[in-house]
Amino acid sequence: MAQGPQDAGARLAALENQVRSAQSAGDNAWMLISSALVLMMTGPGLALFYGGLVRRKNVLGTMMQSFILMGLVTVIWAVAGYSLVFAEGSPFVGGFRYLFLNGVGAAPNSDYAATIPQQTFMVYQLMFAIITPALISGAFAERMKFSAMLLFMTLWSLLVYFPMAHMVWGKGGFLNAALGGKVPCFDFAGGTVVHITSGVSALVCALYLGRRKGYLHEPMKPHNLTLSFIGACMLWVGWFGFNAGSALAASALATSAFVATHFAAASAALGWVIVEWIRTGKPSVLGGISGCVAGLVAITPASGFVTPFPALFIGLAAGVVCYFMVTKIKDLFRYDDSLDAFGVHGAGGTLGAILTGVFATKLVNDSFNRPLGAVDGNGGQVLNQLVGTLIAWGLASVGTLVILKVCDWILGVRVEPEDETEGLDLSMHGEEAYNLEA
Amino acid sequence: MKKIEAIIQPFKFDDVKEAMKAIGIDGMTVSEVRGHGRQKGHKEVYRGQEYEVDLLPKVKLEMVIPDARLEEVVQTLTRSARTGKIGDGKVFVYEVAEAVRIRNDDRGESAL
Repeated sequence: MAQGPQDAGARLAALENQVRSAQSAGDNAWMLISSALVLMMTGPGLALFYGGLVRRKNVLGTMMQSFILMGLVTVIWAVAGYSLVFAEGSPFVGGFRYLFLNGVGAAPNSDYAATIPQQTFMVYQLMFAIITPALISGAFAERMKFSAMLLFMTLWSLLVYFPMAHMVWGKGGFLNAALGGKVPCFDFAGGTVVHITSGVSALVCALYLGRRKGYLHEPMKPHNLTLSFIGACMLWVGWFGFNAGSALAASALATSAFVATHFAAASAALGWVIVEWIRTGKPSVLGGISGCVAGLVAITPASGFVTPFPALFIGLAAGVVCYFMVTKIKDLFRYDDSLDAFGVHGAGGTLGAILTGVFATKLVNDSFNRPLGAVDGNGGQVLNQLVGTLIAWGLASVGTLVILKVCDWILGVRVEPEDETEGLDLSMHGEEAYNLEA
Repeated sequence: MKKIEAIIQPFKFDDVKEAMKAIGIDGMTVSEVRGHGRQKGHKEVYRGQEYEVDLLPKVKLEMVIPDARLEEVVQTLTRSARTGKIGDGKVFVYEVAEAVRIRNDDRGESAL
């Protein structure tokens, strides 16, 4: 039986569909795994990392500050967050089209990720919205009232994170590099959106709440560095979902971001340890894990734009710079950024955002069809990166200060002195982490 | 009866316990304690914050023994706990007024 041209056309269309669904299956598998990896960064990753660094009377309170955001931010995201970031709106904040996840289902949103269900994209981005405020909690550890923290995080998500994420990643956002931004700023996985906003807000929190009782007089040693060690290693692994997942497909770009991420973490850990070894005579475990996190922070905006050797350099620079931020600069100004959220995320994020403008290259990411950073001969990109950095600093610092004032007025942000002495575990949550007699 | 209270280096505890067993002293109470004598502490650094730690981990042994065995026990103890370095610890000896075995009301040295 002879087959007519119509028949061939139908078979071609069927084949095309099969190819598309095969690609979609691969991409979707990777993006669901990435989503889970990024959630794992908050709980247990960050919760363990921060929980080990505080005194034993505050370990549960500290872990709870990360964990509860997995609940709180999820609800806010479903109601309004996703829409305020990713629906088309003004250059500064998204619109209401996806309110209550209206229309966010199996069909891809081709503006952002054409091969995966929009629902996958939505849940992946949610994980970023969870970890970003959780990072701030390192600055006000051991002294913020739980109720005030919940209010603070709600307002902060609405007024700082959603607008910033929209500006950088949302269609028509002011800084969006791919979808019609006025000042295209490269931020692959959240140098400005995640790390500068959280790090700078952390500094404002540390300054506003003031130092912990007894800071610089009483010993405030980390109570369990093995917890912090496990947490940091989980962060390192989870970060592959964070950065390589930001390719939004199981693509060569994802591989490149994976490699850059890993290389930066490695060189940053070495950088911090070596500088510390030279200066104090001993290479510490806390130094090693702090260094790797600093490197991961700094490579975040650059991860989808740079080749392996610039990634090694960015990591090394972050390891050394952040070491001096937390050991020297903090001492100089005597602010109590308890777990160094600013020293690592603020400083590392700023460094990474700017260096992205230097090292971004079309060899890695050709989706823009033009020279990207200074190494491609587009030196002006560094200025764009500075604009993005300044906007993130400005929005985070002003927004956080206003929100803290509001929270302080309504609830009071700081725990009572006797509660602080007793510890957050008992005073806020009515339980203890280590019941050795039990 | 005498009570011997010895503060020793934690890593010498097994040697001391074996030595006591070898001379037939079976009963002892052990606690993990912290303290210091002439031994200097050490410095710890966490992200540039320095802490002088002068209370060091030690093990405290408490034993009650018959008067006649005092010298033997003290010598065995010091010999087995000694490294010759500062920080080896101390032995204190007290008089004990009475001992009672709770199980059967044995009194004095027969209760030990």
